[in-house]
Amino acid sequence: MKCSEFLSELTSYLDGVLDEKTKAELENHLSWCHNCYVVCDTTKKTIEIYRDSQLYELPEDLRSRLRSAIMTKCQQQRRRGPQSM
Amino acid sequence: MGAIQNKVAGPVTDELALVQAAKRGDDSAFEELVRRYDRNVFRIAQHITQNREDAEDVVQEAFLKAYGNLAQFQEQSKFYTWLVRIAVNEALMKLRRRKPERTVSLDEDIKTEDDSLPREIADWSPNPEQQYTQAELREILSKTIQGLPPGFRTVFVLRDVEGLSTEETAAALELSVPAVKSRLLRARLQLRERLSRYFQRREPGNGKNDGVRGEDVKNKDVASGDGNL
Repeated sequence: MKCSEFLSELTSYLDGVLDEKTKAELENHLSWCHNCYVVCDTTKKTIEIYRDSQLYELPEDLRSRLRSAIMTKCQQQRRRGPQSM
Repeated sequence: MGAIQNKVAGPVTDELALVQAAKRGDDSAFEELVRRYDRNVFRIAQHITQNREDAEDVVQEAFLKAYGNLAQFQEQSKFYTWLVRIAVNEALMKLRRRKPERTVSLDEDIKTEDDSLPREIADWSPNPEQQYTQAELREILSKTIQGLPPGFRTVFVLRDVEGLSTEETAAALELSVPAVKSRLLRARLQLRERLSRYFQRREPGNGKNDGVRGEDVKNKDVASGDGNL
């Protein structure tokens, strides 16, 4: 397996959706190709860092203000009748 | 004698049951749907628009549209996927208004033959995020993802941050499954490449990167989005 082939399967490998045969080929490649090992490992870390980052959390006070505004507008809208998308 | 209590048949936790109750005019059921998904919609909207006020507007407009069009919602798909589709469209509209000079589309086939090929192969520190304070880390992550084209960052956010499946992401964005997979790979690799500048393993004691942590965050040109990887 070439590095470019490894790369094209990287997303499926990280998502755990590869068949056993392809997965074994990828892992064999990883066992000797340091560059692909590093790319694979740091891509996995990239995903984990974003997933765990709590970036753009909605603060509770803003959250209740938004919810209350949404529900008020919903009720107004219902009185006016349906809207188009 | 006390007033007759409305019968509460236990918490309605099932999404479909909530949607059906909301369709019958039960606003508390719709409010529960808002409670359930407002954080997700806000996160998605801010990732796409990169603007807090726009994201707040998107949350309101997306739920309002969902409410007004509940009758058209086909119950074969998940309400959340349908809501995400509405929110993404609203967010892209905001982005187009803000950046009218640029075409903002999820369909654009960004011509970057080798933009995702790894160039920075240096390994990272064992716990790279711990090199920075929470605030610095958020700034790094935020600036880094801003540098991706909207179509890439939207797919990344839905798949990797919000945890939608490839099929759900494709449905929400009206893209094909191969298109989602291709964008996801490129988004992941580009983010990895850009984050490597901050997180790569540093040799102790060589003084090369000592004491420049804060400056690093300020000076790295991660938000250029010019494809200069």
